[in-house]
Amino acid sequence: MAQPERPLSPFLHYRWQYTNALSILHRISGVLLSGCFFLLVYWLAAAASGPQAYAGALRCLASPLTQFVLAGGLFAFCYHLLNGIRHLCFDAGVGFELATARKSGWAVAIGAVVLGAAAWLVLRGCLGGAV
Amino acid sequence: MSLRSPLGAVLGLGSAKGGSAHWYGQRVSAVALVLLGLWFLLSLACLGAADHAAVVAWLHLPLSSALAVLLVVVAAHHAHLGLQVVVEDYVASKGTRVAVLLAIKFALVAAALIGVLAVLRIALGAAA
Repeated sequence: MAQPERPLSPFLHYRWQYTNALSILHRISGVLLSGCFFLLVYWLAAAASGPQAYAGALRCLASPLTQFVLAGGLFAFCYHLLNGIRHLCFDAGVGFELATARKSGWAVAIGAVVLGAAAWLVLRGCLGGAV
Repeated sequence: MSLRSPLGAVLGLGSAKGGSAHWYGQRVSAVALVLLGLWFLLSLACLGAADHAAVVAWLHLPLSSALAVLLVVVAAHHAHLGLQVVVEDYVASKGTRVAVLLAIKFALVAAALIGVLAVLRIALGAAA
């Protein structure tokens, strides 16, 4: 018996293009940044608990795993920041034309990589990495 | 005149006339976080090597502690609004969805409170 042709949910056959790739990246970076929020609170709480607790927290933040998470968080921050501004412009009705939206999408992707790398080089010392 | 029954609205089968507040709140907190996030990263860069005395001295300044409290509160709010949308979109089972949403809310409120109290403790404590 042949299977009847049924319509698929849209997300099962959307092809990947810059629009939905940037959109899902915005969500993924947002979820990652929510995780980094807990690291920020941990850092503040350690600073409030005194020099010894703070030194212990910095050692913990300097571990390769947290350094990897923090570096990812920094790139996520840069991407979420730039793409967030892009979406705020969309919400204001600016830059919605297809050619403009494609250009701003590329600018956001490239800008996030450049800004993230620069921020990591500057901030590595403050985030417990190699000083 | 609405053609929908009050029961339908109450059972969650449509707009409860509250969606725009969520949408708008996410945008307002986003604008605030553009400023607060850039301020925080620039402050970190200016702190240089992150030794304890430098962090305490920094959070002792009234402007720094005020902005740090704002950052913690607004970031928690924005994270809550965003994670809520993600969970509502991807978690199909109603029971799991409610449990995850509650867990996220509790965790973020607790973390925000800890963050605010930590900043206040440094700001109102003895100078480094």
